[in-house]
Amino acid sequence: MTGFPTLLYKEVLRFWKVGFQTVAAPVLSALLYLVVFGHALAAHVQAFPGVSYAQFLVPGLAMMAMLQNAFANSSSSIIQSKITGNIVFILLAPIAPAEIFAAYLLAAVARGIAVGLGVFVATLWIVPVPVEHPLWAFAFAAVGSALLAALGIIAGIWSEKFDQLAAFQNFLVMPLTFLAGVFYSVRSLPPFWQSVSRLNPFFYAVDGFRYGFFGQSDVAPWASIAFASGAFAALSWLALHLLRRGYKLRH
Amino acid sequence: MAHAVVVRDVRKRFGAVQALAGVSLEVPRGEFFGLLGPNGAGKTTLISALGGLAIADSGRLEVMGHDVQGDYRAARRALGIVPQEVVFDPFFTVRETLEIQSGYFGLRRNGAWIDELLERLALASKADANMRSLSGGMKRRVMVAQALVHRPPVIVLDEPTAGVDVELRQTLWSFIRGLNEAGHTVVLTTHYLEEAQQLCSRIAMMKEGRIVALDTTARLLAAFSERVLRVKLERGALPAPLAERATRDAAGWWRFPIADMAHVEQALASLREAGAVLASLEVAEPELEQVFVRIMHREEPAARP
Ligand SMILES: Nc1ncnc2c1ncn2[C@@H]1O[C@H](COP(=O)(O)OP(=O)(O)OP(=O)(O)O)[C@@H](O)[C@H]1O
Ligand SMILES: [Mg+2]
Repeated sequence: MTGFPTLLYKEVLRFWKVGFQTVAAPVLSALLYLVVFGHALAAHVQAFPGVSYAQFLVPGLAMMAMLQNAFANSSSSIIQSKITGNIVFILLAPIAPAEIFAAYLLAAVARGIAVGLGVFVATLWIVPVPVEHPLWAFAFAAVGSALLAALGIIAGIWSEKFDQLAAFQNFLVMPLTFLAGVFYSVRSLPPFWQSVSRLNPFFYAVDGFRYGFFGQSDVAPWASIAFASGAFAALSWLALHLLRRGYKLRH
Repeated sequence: MAHAVVVRDVRKRFGAVQALAGVSLEVPRGEFFGLLGPNGAGKTTLISALGGLAIADSGRLEVMGHDVQGDYRAARRALGIVPQEVVFDPFFTVRETLEIQSGYFGLRRNGAWIDELLERLALASKADANMRSLSGGMKRRVMVAQALVHRPPVIVLDEPTAGVDVELRQTLWSFIRGLNEAGHTVVLTTHYLEEAQQLCSRIAMMKEGRIVALDTTARLLAAFSERVLRVKLERGALPAPLAERATRDAAGWWRFPIADMAHVEQALASLREAGAVLASLEVAEPELEQVFVRIMHREEPAARP
């Protein structure tokens, strides 16, 4: 192991130096969602017995923020270094593809978890939620962030311009997060849409994460963690494959 | 094992462009080697392939005996490349940039060498400045420092002096020369041919992805350039024996090749005898620029299909 610790440190420093935009801003938007939707929909949605809609919303919003920020971190870092050209300094160094992968992945997970924690802490004053199974909550926070971090690595490598990355974000990441049951329990959907939702790996991250808080979920947590981890493993394999081949990085 | 760099029949195509059409060369350890050629000749592509920034379609590349693909870690540890394009990470200061670059090579406590690099490249006063705030020439010097953080035995400079002011160009060369004298192998590309002539002991010239000349600087100069006497006449004409060997340029200068100073005296004597009066005179030493122009305009090698 040579460059991994430094690359990880650099990637963490990169978002931490501008923490106001990369951590505080997403926490604020999650709070806005909570205040607006929590209020507007409270009368219409009852997800779990004994859990208010605003409470139900908190883990979902936290997970949504984690997913989006983990994706944003790895993808924007890679595409920025590609476009500005400073990725050559990483490519010229004796760093193994797996080390590059792990560094971008863990930095993105760190940002995801920092944002998730921020949302959780900030909502304590507005809508306190119980934490029934902290280990499950943490496991899903990690796997959910890692899933999107790996997807972000792939998107960053594949995109050549910022608008291609934006397309990835707008046409894949946003729809999948919104359709992951953040704002509703998928049980409230018609059967067809329920089965469609179950094809969405983000759904398992949201649903399992919620189990960590309320001890209730649409799908058993073991099944959710298996699906989410399976999706993470598949994306990791693809990301590593691209890095090993130097796809769009080494010409 | 004696070679710092080995390139064997390397080919690389970008779409319709054959950037490298079978390049072979060897750079012995400790050499100061020049890689010259017009724009688009393939110099940067060759350097990129050496550093793993580009992947050759075929052929073999080695740095200090390590294959750049199979044994990429050892090859990259042995190699310090200063890329042609100025690139930097705007998130960091000069010192952070160099510390991070050291870390990429697994070097944790590299402060003393970083300080020396900053000093030698006249960057010490900018150590804590953000990369964004540096001028173009300063950014390029940081790139030189970045390429040297791990004290690589092989240093490759892709047009390092483009945009660097005269004084720093000299500082840079005395520094690089010092490293070369200390045993580092240096490979240099530049469009400043007088720089290459002064620094490089051997030179490869590339054109359209091929090596069209490869020899010591001295032999290239001897074969493709000569010492010439240039005279401009105020009055009179060139005597016939001189005129036979002379050529005349648009500005009215006569130039004829000479082997040594005795030749110059003979030529002057015959001019005086012929009653010619000189307006101006100079002796031009062999120049790499002339070698370059002649080689680039030479007939294509017959071997080419
Ligand atoms: N990434 C790339 N994609 C497509 N074509 C490329 C790429 N890199 C280089 N080329 C082409 O390969 C050829 C060789 O380019 P290269 O940059 O190696 O030339 P060079 O000798 O370094 O020229 P210069 O003196 O201008 O730096 C050129 O025709 C160039 O357009
Ligand atoms: Mg070039």
